[in-house]
Amino acid sequence: MSKEILDSDDINRAIRRIAHEIIEKNRGMQNLCLVGIQKGGVILAGRLASQIQSIEGGTIDVGALDITFYRDDIHTKAEQPVVKRTEIPFTIDNKTVVLVDDVLFTGRSIRAAMDALVDFGRPAHIQLAVLIDRGHRELPIRADYAGKNIPTSFNDLVEVTLGEDSRKDKAVLISGQ
Amino acid sequence: MRILIKNGRVIDPSQNLDGFHEILIEKNRIKGLYPEGKGPDANKIIDASGCIVIPGLVDMHTHLREPGFEYKETIKSGTMAAVRGGFTTVCCMPNTKPVNDTITVTEFILEKSLREGACTVYPVGAITTAQKSEELTELEALLKTGCIAFSDDGKPVTNSLIMRRALEYSKIFDVPVISHCEDLKLSEDGVMNEGFVSTITGLSGIPKAAEEVMVARDLSLCELTGGKLHIAHVSTEGSVKLIRDAKARGINVTAETCPHYFSLTDESLISYDTNLKVNPPIRTPQDVEAIKQGLKDCTIDVIATDHAPHHIDDKGKEFDAAAFGISGLETAFALSLHLVESGILDLKQLITKMTITPSKIMGISKGTLTVDSDADIAIINTEKTFKVDSSGFLSKGKNSPFNKWQLKGTVEKTIAMGKVYEWA
Amino acid sequence: MINSKDLLGIKELAPEEIYHILDTAAGFKDVLLRDIKKVPPLRGKTVVSLFFEPSTRTRTSFALASKRLSADVVNFSVTTSSVVKGETLKDTALTIQSLGADFVVIRHGSSGVPHLLGNLLNISVINAGDGANEHPTQALLDLFTIQSRKKKIKGLTVAIIGDIAHSRVAKSNIYALTKLGAKVRVICPPTLMPAGIEKLGIDVFHSIDEGIRKADVIMALRLQLERQSKGFLPSLEEYFNLYGLTDERLKLAKEDAIVMHPGPMNRGVEIESAVADGPQSVILEQVTNGLAVRMAVLYLLSGVKK
Repeated sequence: MSKEILDSDDINRAIRRIAHEIIEKNRGMQNLCLVGIQKGGVILAGRLASQIQSIEGGTIDVGALDITFYRDDIHTKAEQPVVKRTEIPFTIDNKTVVLVDDVLFTGRSIRAAMDALVDFGRPAHIQLAVLIDRGHRELPIRADYAGKNIPTSFNDLVEVTLGEDSRKDKAVLISGQ
Repeated sequence: MRILIKNGRVIDPSQNLDGFHEILIEKNRIKGLYPEGKGPDANKIIDASGCIVIPGLVDMHTHLREPGFEYKETIKSGTMAAVRGGFTTVCCMPNTKPVNDTITVTEFILEKSLREGACTVYPVGAITTAQKSEELTELEALLKTGCIAFSDDGKPVTNSLIMRRALEYSKIFDVPVISHCEDLKLSEDGVMNEGFVSTITGLSGIPKAAEEVMVARDLSLCELTGGKLHIAHVSTEGSVKLIRDAKARGINVTAETCPHYFSLTDESLISYDTNLKVNPPIRTPQDVEAIKQGLKDCTIDVIATDHAPHHIDDKGKEFDAAAFGISGLETAFALSLHLVESGILDLKQLITKMTITPSKIMGISKGTLTVDSDADIAIINTEKTFKVDSSGFLSKGKNSPFNKWQLKGTVEKTIAMGKVYEWA
Repeated sequence: MINSKDLLGIKELAPEEIYHILDTAAGFKDVLLRDIKKVPPLRGKTVVSLFFEPSTRTRTSFALASKRLSADVVNFSVTTSSVVKGETLKDTALTIQSLGADFVVIRHGSSGVPHLLGNLLNISVINAGDGANEHPTQALLDLFTIQSRKKKIKGLTVAIIGDIAHSRVAKSNIYALTKLGAKVRVICPPTLMPAGIEKLGIDVFHSIDEGIRKADVIMALRLQLERQSKGFLPSLEEYFNLYGLTDERLKLAKEDAIVMHPGPMNRGVEIESAVADGPQSVILEQVTNGLAVRMAVLYLLSGVKK
């Protein structure tokens, strides 16, 4: 059984709000960059960046991070990972890096992302922005910016679709057994 | 002790016999042949219903490994494997340690066989001392002691002049010289048939020519000398053609092949299963077809086993280092029976190639059920199937590429010199 | 998706598996260009290299690939004498497994040894070259190099020159290239051409000038110098005259053809220095790519259910 938990308007509102919060918390966009986690976080990071740019003017660096090699579940997962590209064509040394992901769940992806990130440099701060926080953390990790908190069961699946056409954006909750 | 075998279909090509007869055995001889229901009383009745009753099989090419390699096989275990496979006579090759090139070794084998052997053993003496292709052994002494033929099997006689002398000299005694045909320079470090499959396995190939040039040489020498030549383990189409032509020219040659040369093709080597490693190697489907035709038109006179048992440690290693050979006594008849199933031979022809023909070539009075001959009999159910389980072989050598094969034709009972061996 | 716990040969791989390895290798190639060249996925895993034949490059490449993945690497030393006896191979392998290794990288002079170990052991076996059979990671790195230079493999004409009969590199490349749709030509004297090779869907040439014509990729193979004493060739000079890759001959290939060699090279025997060091040579790039490909293989096999 699946149910839509966010429609495209909800998602756009959440992105706008997160953009404002990021600017507010960091007092502008100096020294700031966004890094989306492959693959759900990459489009979201792009959306957030254009939102921030339209509010503040100028451009903000946006990167993509593949965390496959840093995951702790390759030996236990049923499916073999498909490696995606990591593209961080700017230095993250002494920057404030906002990691961006679509759904925050156990926290393990974020842990992997932080490990991966520090192999690229030494950021001054790492912050975390997610569209949906569905709970069930297994690590001491929390989001600095969350679009929406959704209570779920552990076995549920949350699917976020973000595409070229933002009118088709949605988030769906599929009930697990 | 009188034993009467009843209710079986008796097939004995040596006396052109095929029908329901009863056979009386007394001590170690066949005492009488009677029409159905006419046999006399006996102490023991063997009911051979549903089976064929045939002369005990004669294997003219066996390796019993004793003396010297008792960890691979002994005369005791090898002859037990023989009777398990329906064989009551085996001719053991001289490549033991020491080589059977002197009468002491021959005497040892014969004494041991009489004491521990389950069936009759005839030693084959070496052609040359230590199989070195340098000097002839003392044929007369060896024959007098009990050898019945000569071969350097396992090795070819590389010196053509010595081979000529052997074929000439052996004419005094009219005994066969059995040739292991292999040009060692051509086979070099090969471990399987040379061809497409050796290319894709990356294993070194043994070209067919390695066998064929020696077959051609020996046929020439046989023609030159008028000796009695027998070609061992024929494996290639080219060899079949050479022998066929030679026979047509009236050359005094006979030939054998082994079940693996008509039951397997080199494609199976893709598995790197060392049980498939044998010399000469398993050949191509085209060769297999030629071997079958050669059997059919009697170019190939005999089916022998080339039973070559090995210890697991000699086989359980990398392909290049593994020993050559197949433990064949316990699967030979069933594999050969498939030739009848597939219409290549009829049952009588098959039995001929495994009984009376090898006996005639070797000059021994075996392979027959005629009255007063040795009580050597195999009782076989040709309809019953079984799954080969090499771990259950009576041979010490479990090295069979046919393990887990489903085969037809079970040996129910073997009678060797009057002694009955039976299996549930 | 890699389906086997072992990498025994290219023969055993499906085209999708080959592509999956190449794609994964691309990710590792990026890692190798970073300041910090190490990633953690094989942390706590142990790779044992078991080389029964001398090798510096492949062994070093595997060792470095393992280290870049955070695995521990151990070299199991084998003397040449135990190869000849061959008695301890099974025991050696089982010992390595019992020591807790997760991978064994094996090179052996006898074809089929990786298959033997693959059946014997529960851990992953990686073939680093077996007899005249296969050298799969070499072919994968060659494919990776071709793909990154030519942006495709399908439809390319690849000429392989040298001792095809004894070359596991040639075999693995023939399987790999034909599986991915390249046209393969092999060029060598008839004495070094293995039986029935044309059945693999490739073209056979005895003349280098003909075989090299309009090729996109040219691979020169190392000629084992003892071939001369075994009677395969009259002399190394004659081999160079007939089959050596020279500047002059290279002009017959396509203008943008790349030149490859698995190393180590015999300069002046199968390849002239002017070509080996020339602008069309990608020989050193092959070495770098070898690392990325071996990382990909180790990484992907670590994810296969055993």
